[in-house]
Amino acid sequence: MKSPATTHIISAILLLTSALSILIASAAPQFAIAGPTPPPPTTTTTPPSGSIYALKVPLTDHHGRVFTLDAMRGKTALITMFYSGCQFVCPRIIEALRKTESSLPPNIRNRVPILMVSFDVKHDTPEALKAIASERHLDDAIWTLARSDERHTRKLAALLDIQYRELPSGDFNHTSVLILLDAEGRIVGRTPMIGEADPAFVKLVAKQMAATSP
Amino acid sequence: MTLRSPPRQARVVVSGLLALCIGGAVSAVARAADYVSIAAGEFASVLAGDAQVKPSSVAAFAMRTTPVTNREFLEFVNRNPDWARGRVSRVFADTQYLSHWQLPRDLGDAAFAHQPVTRVSWFAAQAFCEAEGAGGRLPSWLEWERVAAADAAHTDARANPAWRAEILSWYGTASSVILANVGGMANAYGIQNMHGLIWEWVDDFNALLVAADSRSQGDPDKLQFCGAGAISLKDRDNYAVLMRIALLSSLKAVDTTRHLGFRCVIPVFKGPK
Repeated sequence: MKSPATTHIISAILLLTSALSILIASAAPQFAIAGPTPPPPTTTTTPPSGSIYALKVPLTDHHGRVFTLDAMRGKTALITMFYSGCQFVCPRIIEALRKTESSLPPNIRNRVPILMVSFDVKHDTPEALKAIASERHLDDAIWTLARSDERHTRKLAALLDIQYRELPSGDFNHTSVLILLDAEGRIVGRTPMIGEADPAFVKLVAKQMAATSP
Repeated sequence: MTLRSPPRQARVVVSGLLALCIGGAVSAVARAADYVSIAAGEFASVLAGDAQVKPSSVAAFAMRTTPVTNREFLEFVNRNPDWARGRVSRVFADTQYLSHWQLPRDLGDAAFAHQPVTRVSWFAAQAFCEAEGAGGRLPSWLEWERVAAADAAHTDARANPAWRAEILSWYGTASSVILANVGGMANAYGIQNMHGLIWEWVDDFNALLVAADSRSQGDPDKLQFCGAGAISLKDRDNYAVLMRIALLSSLKAVDTTRHLGFRCVIPVFKGPK
């Protein structure tokens, strides 16, 4: 059964398509977690069956850095999809993630890396993503906003069981869901609750963090 | 450029051309199937939001004349063993993937070479189409719906009650019947088996959120694999097509079912300007 869908349609904001040159740095995002150092990611081995890291998704983050989805391997992580032109629902996705982080026990509070991947490959350039990160005061230590290409965005959404549709207005109708990944990229939890932290989901995140960072 | 070419003129087999332009050498593309080019045009989809104001524009593409068969999929698996049953990652296909084949790389006696392949996930179907050549993919819903609107003589036969009744009758047939081989009568585009044989994956299956609103009106479980969600779309004339949307919108990308297969599209060779 599908998770309950939170869908929305809002008016378009981003009308100007600007030609933006993307400076590509070689370094991948850190997905750094302070505190005890988890075992180094074993990215050379094949991810286990059930790992979403089996899909090679090329991504560019809000600093223009190029990486692949499995850069998060080795860490418990949160992943969701959104788009920056979204005025009502997507801020609530960010709020839910922020509150989830701040509801965790003190030793792991604000330490779970978060990856938000955009649906909007046309407008969400690294610059647009960076503007959102600044506007929402998203800490680089845990937040990564990223975009892929059209084909891989569709595949990533399929992998995460997220539905989205581009509307003639340029907006996106989409399901909103926060997803918890274990260190190997297996989906261990998901919640459709946005705006607030889902208490059951927070518990699950805490449990998963305890299991991977002793 | 004519937007609506006469159907027979539109029927151009392009696989030879594509083999030349994609790989430079014919051997670069291991593709046996025929593709037929479908000229660019306008189409009024049953998806309300898209067609409310004006018909959608559909760019030109070339579509396989028939769904992919067991034999063709077996050849793909032999070339790409990561897609064999038992080896495929669980995030790409469920446990019933190709379960009707006797062995991971042997059809056996129960699956026939020229039957459409079924029990394939969206990811597997997508991988097959990508291996058909540069730009190969599953058709979008709009592309599929446009081609599926044709009967033998007209590119849009949706207003014909007799034809609607005919395609609808398939949905009432027993699902235990053995799948027929692909082929048979072509529609006005020269495409076969759009109706009456299998359900088909589309590229943007996870863009069909039409059920999101209708689902909330009843028991979600009851709307998973039946046409109930279509009724609230208020277009019974297109019931057969709405059933397709209801099914596709209920699927996850790893799902496989006994009657769910696919066909591919590839770009149309445009030639030098």
